[in-house]
Amino acid sequence: MSELFTGREPIRAAVSTDGRDDAGLAFEVQGLRFRYSSAFDRSARWTLDDLSFQVTAGEIFGVVGPNGSGKTSLLKVMAKVLRPSHGHVRLFGEDLERLSQREVARLLALVPQESLQVFPFTVAQTVLMGRYPHRRERAWAAGFGWDSPDDIALAEQAMAEMDIAHLADRLVTELSGGERQRTVIARALAQAPRALLLDEPTAFLDLQHQIEICSIVRRLSAERGLTVVLVSHDLNLAGQYCDRILMLKDGALFRTGVPHEVIRPEVLRAVYGCDVLVDAHPESGRPRVTLPGPASR
Amino acid sequence: MLTLSVAGVVLFLVCLQFGAQDVGLGEIVRVLVQALWDGQVDRESVGTTGVILLQVRLPRVLLGLFVGSSLAAVGAALQALLRNPLADPYVLGVSSGAALGVSLAMWLGIGGTVLTLSALPLCGFAGSLLSLAVVYRLAVSYGRLPVHSLLLAGVVLNAILTALIMFITSIMDPNRSAGMMSWLMGTLTAPAYPALAILTAYLAVGITALMRQAQVLNLMTLGDESARALGVETERAKKLIYVIAALMTGAVVSVSGMIGFVGMVIPHAVRLVLGADHRLLLPASALVGGMYLMVADTVARTLLAPAEVPVGIITALAGGPFFLYLLVWRKDRLA
Repeated sequence: MSELFTGREPIRAAVSTDGRDDAGLAFEVQGLRFRYSSAFDRSARWTLDDLSFQVTAGEIFGVVGPNGSGKTSLLKVMAKVLRPSHGHVRLFGEDLERLSQREVARLLALVPQESLQVFPFTVAQTVLMGRYPHRRERAWAAGFGWDSPDDIALAEQAMAEMDIAHLADRLVTELSGGERQRTVIARALAQAPRALLLDEPTAFLDLQHQIEICSIVRRLSAERGLTVVLVSHDLNLAGQYCDRILMLKDGALFRTGVPHEVIRPEVLRAVYGCDVLVDAHPESGRPRVTLPGPASR
Repeated sequence: MLTLSVAGVVLFLVCLQFGAQDVGLGEIVRVLVQALWDGQVDRESVGTTGVILLQVRLPRVLLGLFVGSSLAAVGAALQALLRNPLADPYVLGVSSGAALGVSLAMWLGIGGTVLTLSALPLCGFAGSLLSLAVVYRLAVSYGRLPVHSLLLAGVVLNAILTALIMFITSIMDPNRSAGMMSWLMGTLTAPAYPALAILTAYLAVGITALMRQAQVLNLMTLGDESARALGVETERAKKLIYVIAALMTGAVVSVSGMIGFVGMVIPHAVRLVLGADHRLLLPASALVGGMYLMVADTVARTLLAPAEVPVGIITALAGGPFFLYLLVWRKDRLA
């Protein structure tokens, strides 16, 4: 069983079922439409409207857009938490619909925007939950859900990576926002996924932890070839850390490309309806968004 | 766990000791060993006390143990699924649903036939499944249901179901309705051994099935979407666990009526000591719940001996104030 727990998943999804070699693509989204089913309003507008794009394996892919543009819904559809109404998503070459929830959870991990816990679980127990998709369901003892030594080792490694090893026995209900967020990311790392989906990972964090999380994400992407899909309303963050960016407007794809192609004054004016200054970051040369000062009004 | 098991055995013997007629601890052990050894029980071999012990007290204490364990385990599971530490089959109206099912069956005379053993728990199951479905629909339609709204829904459901039960009781033959009233208040009566064996099998299967879902329950406390993202087939898991909970509640209510608050108080207390991990919480709650009800029933038997107080009254008097305490003074930790 040791090959199951080597930290990286064996590359089982590299060859797709229909024989095409899609090892280079983490996600292929084709004609995706989604809306929240409402019993009262059949004519509700599409939350996601005819989206098609691809995410290359190993890249950091940003999804940006105004509030309510469908960023979070898109991420949930990509993680099979929500089911698309039309179109399909292929994950490492395999149709998401044909993978079980468990198989999906072995390939990708989702870090939701907020995670509330009312029960007094410890940090270590919470991180160990990330090993659930790797349990063998048929085994009698595993049916009761006890952790194997490999599970524990991987969880410890994930906690060390997120710098929360010292919090292992603390209750998640008593953590600060930043500590809780790092716990959830550690849980995602314990899943040993090939893709990491992050929903506003820095929303509740102070400056130091924002930088920390971003550099960890970038390091994981570089070292392990982890594919990262990052949803953020923070254009500067997306511009700094993402290889490519997708701009959503009202659930539809407005523009996609490298940061320079997407974060441009005319794009932001069309999507957000306001004028901003875009210049180059002094260190990276990447686009930087600044709100206009009072003088320019 | 080991400590709990030992405590369970000791309490079990102590509870056998008390009753309308006190029996010495040595006597109990002697009779139990002899009964197990010989495999037969009659007046000559074990004496009058032995007969009381084996035919009346032992099955009743065992019944208390199993009923208490089941209620506590079901309570723990419901709390996890509804993400509400105050959930309890009694508070949410699930027990009332089962009670309505059982009283309907009694009124229609299904209970009087040879099918007694199987029909009453099944009617209880139908009733509790129905009220669980109602409570669950409420929880779903509000999306993230605040702790207090769910309790409110349970209160109203309880009121409606109790009214229906009272209606059935009022149109029943007065001779039978008296018995039904005491059953409704929650009473343990010594069952015959075959009935006890069937019930035990039923509940043991239920508790084992719940324990196999322990890790799923852990993940469900993160909420539906997080659980799904971690690989849980949430819809299937929820249906399975709700059906097990309803089955167990139905079985328990059909033999013991409405024993309240065990399912809320026990997992809560165990969680304070052992933490929230259901792999430990479920078996520990079952053990503690069993012990709690054994003791509560012993109090019920001896308080006004030879008369008896329905044990449901004891558990409600002990659990109700605890519930209020949590609701009022600890509300900061619930919201």
